[in-house]
Amino acid sequence: MKAHFRQRLLYIGLILLVLTSAMGFALYALRQNINLFFTPTELLDKPQIYGHRIQMGGYVATNSVKYLKNHNITFDVTDRHKTIPVTYQGVLPNLFRAGQGVVVTGTYQKQQGFKALEVLAKHDAKYMPSWVAKKLKEKKHDT
Amino acid sequence: MIKLFKKMITLQGAFEICGQWIPWLALFLVMCLAVGLVDGLVLAPADYQQGNAYRIMYVHVPSAMLAMSIYVVMALWAIMYWVWRIKLAAVALNISARIGAGMTFLALMTGAIWGKPMWGTWWVWDARLTSMLILLFLYLGIIALHSSLPEQSMKAKATSLLAIVGVINIPIIHYSVKWWNTLHQGSSFDFNANNIAASMLYPLIAMLLAFVCYYLLLLCFGMRRYIMTRHADNQWLKQSVMDGK
Repeated sequence: MKAHFRQRLLYIGLILLVLTSAMGFALYALRQNINLFFTPTELLDKPQIYGHRIQMGGYVATNSVKYLKNHNITFDVTDRHKTIPVTYQGVLPNLFRAGQGVVVTGTYQKQQGFKALEVLAKHDAKYMPSWVAKKLKEKKHDT
Repeated sequence: MIKLFKKMITLQGAFEICGQWIPWLALFLVMCLAVGLVDGLVLAPADYQQGNAYRIMYVHVPSAMLAMSIYVVMALWAIMYWVWRIKLAAVALNISARIGAGMTFLALMTGAIWGKPMWGTWWVWDARLTSMLILLFLYLGIIALHSSLPEQSMKAKATSLLAIVGVINIPIIHYSVKWWNTLHQGSSFDFNANNIAASMLYPLIAMLLAFVCYYLLLLCFGMRRYIMTRHADNQWLKQSVMDGK
């Protein structure tokens, strides 16, 4: 390779190196702001955000979903360490179900639990034919 | 290989190679698209939790993957131009930016359409969605830069520099679902985890191949169009066109 080609290539390498490290530091410093939600454990550790509008994410605890009158719904959100009870009034997204990941927006108070204004459901990145899921369920029942 | 490469970077060579590839790419595109669409939209079974709505992934996943890989390819064109000053690489860069912008837009649109019923929202400012939006802006920035500068070499230099700088966004998009907690799910392509049933995966691979062919086809058309409009007076070009190359 000729000298000026090598020099230009080096120049690009240097630009990318500087940019990557700058970006790396910036993103590292901003990591808490980039995260979409707090987990229940993180939320309980931060009394300063109680009562503020925040987003909390975790899994819907099994057997905790209760459908009450007037589209009122209560369920528990857990990260397998800590669990927070959530109340919500409104329409739930299609993917909402026990065991599913959710992101809820609202406020947390120690006495009332988490009052959600919006409930978003996460997808588990699993794709399975419905007949397979049915078979699996039956198998579980048999054993 | 080097011989082919040397031929590719000449006007005549690129023109003729693109001409040779176009029918094969078109054939392969039609085949993959037919398999992918019929298999994906008709034959593949409904999903256990999403029903038929999951089928939008047969457009969403390939377009998102192409949006990112076209950017990487574009950055390679940019390095080729920046280091060796190969003019045709800058042309390929410009054409790729337009196709990539389209792919990114398609990925964002199909994601929003899917997100509204499934997540409960069509947009959320999480790391994956936001970094994808930045990718769209990068593409649009390259297109805008190209159209706003007056002279060919200026266009080529400015856009290739932006393309190289912007490539840093690609690993951020890819790892965003791992590094931060997001609403967007992680990648389903994990060979150990077996996340997608085989009957649903095959049409996805067919669609992915179809999208790759589509990109290459558009690129070949774009290169030939550029050469034909820019160098219309060249004798060899007239000869090539007459020979049907």
